Amino acid sequence: MNIQLNGENTPVDDGATLTDVINNLSLQGSRYAVEVNEELVPRSEHDRYHLKEGDSVEIVQAIGGG
Amino acid sequence: MSENNDTFSVAGREFSSRLLVGTGKYKDMDETRAAIDASGAQIVTIAVRRTNMGQNSDEPNILDVLPPDRYTILPNTAGCYDQKTAVRTCKLARELLDGHNLVKLEVLGDEKTLFPDVMATLKAAEELIKDGFDVMVYTNDDPIIARELEDMGCAAVMPLAAPIGSGLGVRNPLNIRTIVENAKVPILVDAGVGTASDAAVAMELGCDGVLMNTAIAAAQKPVLMASAMKKAIQAGREAYLAGRMQAKRFASASSPLEGLFF
Repeated sequence: MNIQLNGENTPVDDGATLTDVINNLSLQGSRYAVEVNEELVPRSEHDRYHLKEGDSVEIVQAIGGG
Repeated sequence: MSENNDTFSVAGREFSSRLLVGTGKYKDMDETRAAIDASGAQIVTIAVRRTNMGQNSDEPNILDVLPPDRYTILPNTAGCYDQKTAVRTCKLARELLDGHNLVKLEVLGDEKTLFPDVMATLKAAEELIKDGFDVMVYTNDDPIIARELEDMGCAAVMPLAAPIGSGLGVRNPLNIRTIVENAKVPILVDAGVGTASDAAVAMELGCDGVLMNTAIAAAQKPVLMASAMKKAIQAGREAYLAGRMQAKRFASASSPLEGLFF
């Protein structure tokens, strides 16, 4: 199936969890936060959050800014 | 108030430095670190953006350079033009920082001026406060709006000195003074400072602090400007506490007229 990952159409396995997506990006251990369809999903729920076709996932981090 | 323990507090946290700095527009992380070190700032702003997927993955993150156990991180909502994106950004920032709930709210109204959309700012502030955030809010230099934001429960009100990144200095000192005089929460000038004297002016008007980014990052020598800003903030603060002399139109001799021998 396909999801929108940070605005890009991205194929993922059917039933993939947020943790699967994050591991694929090698983000483990870094500071990030995740939204699905414009709603925050807390870290504690990533393991059991199963994505659906067309879900819009945003993964954000801190960067320099004023 | 003694000059030695002249601290200010925001949302129950106490700070000795009254200079708050942004972390954008620097050449690289080394320059960022050196400038922020020279500024003496304890509160530093960051932005929240999509993770950089793919290239530059070994570049250090801003939070590695400025660790949250050493600095008070103030996530901003820069780039947000409506209530919804501003609130989403704050929630992501809180998650990113393990529940840290201090945020800098800015809801912009116009790309040319980057002036705040005050109506959307008020609504976003209300929603965030209800959700448990401590909100330091960027706003116009309007005393009525500043009072409204304070009454609503904002932790600090941060009127602009001039448009963001303009370096024009305090354009409306009388309004800034009125905002300060009316306020019980900290008032910080946020945006528009260009050089050290601008920062000193803001502090002489009685502001509790100044938040700046471009004035330091866009200087020819950012680290030296950071040091200048640190001193200007201290000088302006001391001058405010000292109470300046009355300005007079004509001269008043400094040496006594008595005892002249001619």
